[in-house]
Amino acid sequence: MPDYLLTTSPQMAKRHARHSRFQWYGRIAIAISISFMLLMFTAIFVRGTGAFQKTMIAVDVDFAETMIDPKGTRVEMDLKQGNYKPLILAGLQEIIPGVTERKERNALYKLVSGGAVFDLGERVAANPGMIGTTQRVWIAASSEVDLYVKGKVDVESEEAVRRLKDQDIDWVKLLQENGRVKRKFNQVFFTKGDSRSPEMAGILSAALGSFFSLLVCFLIAFPLGILTAVYLEEYAKKSRMTNLIEVNINNLAAVPSIVFGLLGLAVFLNFFNLPRSTPLVGGMVLALMTLPTIIIASRSILRSIPQSTRDAAMGLGASKTQTTFHHVVPLAMPGMLTGTILGMARALGETAPLLMIGMVAFIVDVPKGVTDVATSLPVQIFLWADSPEKGFVELTSAAIMVLLIFLIFMNLFAVYLRRRLERRR
Amino acid sequence: MEKKMTEETSAQTDALAPIMTARGVDVFYGKKQAIKNVSLDIPENQITALIGPSGCGKSTFLRCFNRMNDTIESCRVTGDIQFAGQDIYAPKVDVVALRSRIGMVFQKANPFPKSIFDNVAYGPRIHGLSESKDHLAEIVVTSLRRAGLYDEVSDRLDEPGTSLSGGQQQRLCIARAIAVDPQIILMDEPCSALDPIATAIIENLMESMKEKYTIVIVTHSMQQAARVSQRTAFFHLGELVESGSTEAIFTNPEQERTQNYISGRIG
Ligand SMILES: Nc1ncnc2c1ncn2[C@@H]1O[C@H](COP(=O)(O)OP(=O)(O)OP(=O)(O)O)[C@@H](O)[C@H]1O
Ligand SMILES: [Mg+2]
Repeated sequence: MPDYLLTTSPQMAKRHARHSRFQWYGRIAIAISISFMLLMFTAIFVRGTGAFQKTMIAVDVDFAETMIDPKGTRVEMDLKQGNYKPLILAGLQEIIPGVTERKERNALYKLVSGGAVFDLGERVAANPGMIGTTQRVWIAASSEVDLYVKGKVDVESEEAVRRLKDQDIDWVKLLQENGRVKRKFNQVFFTKGDSRSPEMAGILSAALGSFFSLLVCFLIAFPLGILTAVYLEEYAKKSRMTNLIEVNINNLAAVPSIVFGLLGLAVFLNFFNLPRSTPLVGGMVLALMTLPTIIIASRSILRSIPQSTRDAAMGLGASKTQTTFHHVVPLAMPGMLTGTILGMARALGETAPLLMIGMVAFIVDVPKGVTDVATSLPVQIFLWADSPEKGFVELTSAAIMVLLIFLIFMNLFAVYLRRRLERRR
Repeated sequence: MEKKMTEETSAQTDALAPIMTARGVDVFYGKKQAIKNVSLDIPENQITALIGPSGCGKSTFLRCFNRMNDTIESCRVTGDIQFAGQDIYAPKVDVVALRSRIGMVFQKANPFPKSIFDNVAYGPRIHGLSESKDHLAEIVVTSLRRAGLYDEVSDRLDEPGTSLSGGQQQRLCIARAIAVDPQIILMDEPCSALDPIATAIIENLMESMKEKYTIVIVTHSMQQAARVSQRTAFFHLGELVESGSTEAIFTNPEQERTQNYISGRIG
């Protein structure tokens, strides 16, 4: 065999070396990006999973009529606002004897969540028969106790820098010994809105706010974007006007999102007087922001549909519109949907424009429609990350997880739609 | 004796009523002129071949007949083209109706990415040619039969048209064109991407289609023109150099350029 055919010949060896070197560069690059991603996900996961569980304390509460409903009217509003604090405190004092001083009593009461009184009020309002009985109820622990039970408080550190004092820790230990502390699934996180105390704060308000905003964004941006792209690509004659429009669309895609927020503030809120802080306006602003992306993506997809497809339909006597909507658009639809969903995924993560139109408010109520005040997932993450209480740290990570899950579902939905549309051909 | 005379003359002078006539046709792409003052008659129920070197404007001229050039923004057509005595570039002519009378088969087979059935059924559907589902199915089957494809695909009409072989795809395109029942079928190098066997099948097909349709075919293959066509027109640099009966063009061309091309000296 002649030398030059062998892999060991100098020329060939050099080529092979270059080949394998390049392969290694690629592999290393992939490994680095994957490890960064893993690092990010584990960090979020490790910090965030705690938020899905919360600590509860069992207290025997004497639901005395004199404290809850002294007039005996049993009106729901009154029952909700009954004086439950002394009842809970009394229950706690029973378990932990010897707490009499005012200061100590206050410290003891701080073991349970500040929202516990509202929780009890709601339970009693739902079941007024409880009044006059003594019952063991599981009450949410305060955020500090919750963190301690989850092992996230450094008990070795100096007492002065801790919010949970040595005495509090002794009390919690006593409660634990009595089997009065347990951890359960944190339902509140998925069913409630924001709160000042971490243990009462939930993501639902923000998640629904994001959902409604994206819904509005989709309903506006998708048809507008697709129709614009189809018109510009299939119908419009090349002229100075279409050139101008094209340049402007490209420029708009590069405009920082906060500018769209300012525009929304000036036009939608101040001029049209649409309701502030609502998903309706948020969605409209996000639609403005996503529109250029959708148009550009759709146009490039339309351009990639071969001319022969159009010729085939036109040659059979299909009109321009029939050609476009029977053949070109269906072929382009999977790609256009992908473009739209990518644009919307970006919109889902946007904070800046929403701040401008007031979707940054402290929202406790869960929005029921597009005109209710709401916030959105990224804004909520921003708000929680900015809060001083330690309990919000896990909530922040948990909210990021919810946001990521949202994104994953959107992408899966895009893949599903694409598959379905492609199969139909 | 006298009868024979008339037949011969008619073959030479187009006394046979032409179904399409082109008079003084110029075509421009922007400022560039691609067709220069071409006049040609297309006789009914015959096959007319357009031949000439690459880039001489055969496709451009062919696309004038069903106004496919309208789809190219920069393209402008002047002159007079008549179909059955009607100026097809007159403002009141509807291109959609025109193209349903004058079908087209392209160089590269371009079936829709839909089922074989839907490919053929699309034309009848948009033109409302079928009264019922059964009637539509009948049109599809007849068209596939005429295009000589039915036996090969009868058991898989719901498979995508793009899954067929190149030659089958081209016959599917022919079936699709036939399905709207046109009078004329324009073919732009329909066999250029096919092997000799698939080409022979399509050539036979054209031979049998001639009874019902008028065919205008652009071809690069002189043999093909000689085999299938009755009339031949030779184009060079956007001009119509010579046209006449195929036999006359190939055996006894009047122009030197034709002679040179046929003998392979211009290409
Ligand atoms: N869409 C177009 N825009 C601009 N010029 C064009 C266009 N299509 C064709 N031309 C020009 O018109 C002339 C004739 O082209 P045409 O396609 O009709 O040639 P043809 O004879 O069909 O060639 P071929 O045998 O290679 O297919 C060529 O010079 C070509 O460059
Ligand atoms: Mg051509």
